[in-house]
Amino acid sequence: MTDATDPLTREWQGPTPRDMLVAKVKGHTGLLIGVGIVGLLTFVAILAPVLAPHDPYAQSLMTRMEPPVFLGGTWEHPLGTDHLGRDYLSRLIYGARVSLLIGAVAALISGLIGTAMGVAAGYFGGKVDMVVTFLINVRLAMPVVLVALAVVAILGGSLTVVICVLGLLLWDRFAVVMRASTLQVSRRDYVAAARSIGASTPRIVLTEIMPNIFNNLIVVITLEMAHAILLEAALSFLGLGVQPPTPSWGLMVSEGKNMMLFEPWLVLIPGAVLFLLVLAINLMGDGLRDVTAPENRS
Amino acid sequence: MLPFILKRLGLALLVAFTVSFISFLLLFLSGDPAAALAGETASGEDIEAIRRVYGFDRPMLVQYGEWLVSALQGDFGESYYFKLPVAGLIAERLQVTMILGVCGISFALLTAVPLGVAAAIRPNSIVDRVALFMSVAGQAMPSFWFGLILIVVFAIQLGMLPPSGAETWRHFILPTVVLGYYAMPAIMRLTRAGMLDTLNSDYIRTARAKGAGEGRVLFKHALRNAIIPVVSLAAVQMGFMLGGSIVVESVFALHGAGYLAWESIARNDLPTVQALILVFSMFYIVFTFLADVLNAWLDPRMRSA
Amino acid sequence: MTDDTLLEVRNLTLDIPTGAGTLHAVRGIDFELRRGETLSIVGESGSGKSLTSLAVMGLLGKGIRRDADVMRFEDTDLLTASRRRMRALRGDRIAMIFQEPMTSLNPAYTIGDQLIETLKLHRRVSTSAARARAVELLEKVGITAAASRLGQYPHQLSGGLRQRVMIALALMCEPDLLIADEPTTALDVTIQAQILRLLVDLTREMDMAMILITHDLGVVARVADKVAVMYAGELVETGPAAAVFERPSHPYTRGLLRCIPQPGKTDRGSQLGTIPGIVPSLVGEVTGCAFRTRCPHAVPECRAAIPVRGDAAHDFRCVHADGAISAEKETA
Repeated sequence: MTDATDPLTREWQGPTPRDMLVAKVKGHTGLLIGVGIVGLLTFVAILAPVLAPHDPYAQSLMTRMEPPVFLGGTWEHPLGTDHLGRDYLSRLIYGARVSLLIGAVAALISGLIGTAMGVAAGYFGGKVDMVVTFLINVRLAMPVVLVALAVVAILGGSLTVVICVLGLLLWDRFAVVMRASTLQVSRRDYVAAARSIGASTPRIVLTEIMPNIFNNLIVVITLEMAHAILLEAALSFLGLGVQPPTPSWGLMVSEGKNMMLFEPWLVLIPGAVLFLLVLAINLMGDGLRDVTAPENRS
Repeated sequence: MLPFILKRLGLALLVAFTVSFISFLLLFLSGDPAAALAGETASGEDIEAIRRVYGFDRPMLVQYGEWLVSALQGDFGESYYFKLPVAGLIAERLQVTMILGVCGISFALLTAVPLGVAAAIRPNSIVDRVALFMSVAGQAMPSFWFGLILIVVFAIQLGMLPPSGAETWRHFILPTVVLGYYAMPAIMRLTRAGMLDTLNSDYIRTARAKGAGEGRVLFKHALRNAIIPVVSLAAVQMGFMLGGSIVVESVFALHGAGYLAWESIARNDLPTVQALILVFSMFYIVFTFLADVLNAWLDPRMRSA
Repeated sequence: MTDDTLLEVRNLTLDIPTGAGTLHAVRGIDFELRRGETLSIVGESGSGKSLTSLAVMGLLGKGIRRDADVMRFEDTDLLTASRRRMRALRGDRIAMIFQEPMTSLNPAYTIGDQLIETLKLHRRVSTSAARARAVELLEKVGITAAASRLGQYPHQLSGGLRQRVMIALALMCEPDLLIADEPTTALDVTIQAQILRLLVDLTREMDMAMILITHDLGVVARVADKVAVMYAGELVETGPAAAVFERPSHPYTRGLLRCIPQPGKTDRGSQLGTIPGIVPSLVGEVTGCAFRTRCPHAVPECRAAIPVRGDAAHDFRCVHADGAISAEKETA
């Protein structure tokens, strides 16, 4: 019986994959919050010269350690001034540039290194895989904070040095994840099919493998960006990262630390912004993993 | 199981040697260690003299060989700053760091495992959401900032705990929380995922069909299987934590090995830094090796293999 | 309900709330089982057989709603029994064997630990007595060197051996009712027959009732006293095995029977039957006969309530008085 009005014959009218992705993104509050905050802070960082009310380097001994507005300060310095009389809001805004720049470039460098290693290991297997796995083990055994501190101290703490050191140290997770993803993808039939029609290795890697592991790469890039930002802040806090007078949030916490007893906001504000940025990037990364994962977390 | 242990031991040794070579190379990263040692005001003759005394004029591999041989005998040279044997300096400071590490990982396990189990029993419940929030927040929290906040609140405002130092057990509470909170999210997430996975497995249904009570099902049948990967994660985290103790020790002025590392880096005391990097790496290597062995022993499928 | 009735189920309904609406997985099914009797529930995957057995065990997953007029095991009302009472029944009076022997044993404990645990959960016995009982049962299910197997882990045994261990586990407390949910499906064909033979022999020997859930009518013909044919959450035909096989009255039952070769009935070289179409979605309101979308004899009346028909021997649900047997004979 083919009676179209019979409720039991109704066909499954499922949503398309694209509809489902859109629905997942819209339904994922964490992802939306993360993207929103990261977008806002990126916007602030780019427009820092326009948005900052003062020169972040301009010292004024007459107006040192003025409290923020909500603690009885004036709108001239909405978040107060530091121990050298520099406008705290302006330093915070320029600090977003430092954090985002270091996070993005370091994640990019380590992403290039780690992806190359991971894809090579996963694709070629055998000896290449053994060497890469060994290098990952060696890298994991090195205490990251200590090595980064030592190298930055020896080479001198400029922005470039910090970025390069972090970029050269944080490739481990890229290598681990990309190796596993490549292993999985290169077992699929379409890779065998590409090989069987004589496609070259670079071509297979670029057209068959990379597009299929790109989701995972994006997720790791965001998570490692957060990692790099936290590490830079820790290095600068310890006085062996970005050097004064560059406005780095970690450095601001470190400078405020001595006045913490009397002016805790000097520590609270830059730390809170740092926390917020890292939280937002992590939410974005976790969210991206959730929405792009084949089987979604319930 | 023995072949597995031997293979794993071989890898650990190989990694250890590679790490030792890399930390040795650090000395040469600065260009001329003799010049660094002599200081900025030294004359060319002084630098040459130091070069000869310390043997920096010989081939690098020879120097590495010598350094390694003495390091294996527990001799890491003399600190540029303290003019004392590095090994003694580190040994003296290591106790504080070890106490901190053990307390930190215990704190992390004692909070993260129950929370992970509770979250897995009732997914999407309030407990699950709180656990998720704590782990997301924990991963984003800069540990130095968290430490400072705890000092402001508990030491300064409430006056309950000392802000710094290492004299009594009360000095270790805040650093333990900060260090432990760093390892908590990963352990919590793995426990939750593992419990969710095992609770959906067929053998849990078998246990229920036997008439086992909920407590027995959860702890004897599910947790026993879910905890296996948590053990190795905890060991890895312990290794990371010792390396990360440098930040916590500097915030709380705990004079442990991490604090020594910080001081030595600031003072350009390269032999001490080298030795500390090596020591922290060795801890990581030993912990992960032990974790893998323990893991294999806990999992019958690997034990009999 | 006669005195030796062990299990009685009347009008059992199982609903699963889903995002798209309520899934009416099992709708109004009845069956009863006497001591020592074997009932076979037959149907395709997804027809609700396993859910029905889990409902009896009280092991339905969270969120599945169970409703029935009667659900009684001996003197216990399963609908109102406390969790404690259900725990006491499970593993002791009612035992269950699952489809997947490879994953149904806990990988972290030895066979011995798992067998002994079952007995100790329900009886106050010493470990050595429990161990002796475990050895005795392993021997009974045909495992050689039983004593040395106690120290082995599940991963060291083959699938067939593990299913034997599962059977031993179920029998540790000499249950009155054994529920076997597709016990042979995951096994090699040669092992399947052995395990089935073993189950039948053991139920006879121990005077156990058994609910055998399967999709394989060939299995049913050999072992069952009674058969219940399930389609899309409903029992479409029930009765003594002999009667159902002799005079399969529901079109679905006949469709199933045509899918298996039968000695003497199926001609050599002839095509085995298939039932075209797929099982309908049970989300939302389900009325009438669920088989009508695949039934060759469907008529508009199939969408209304379906009468239960039957002869002296067995019952079936169909709008056609004779289950459309005559119509099939005409076309044949």
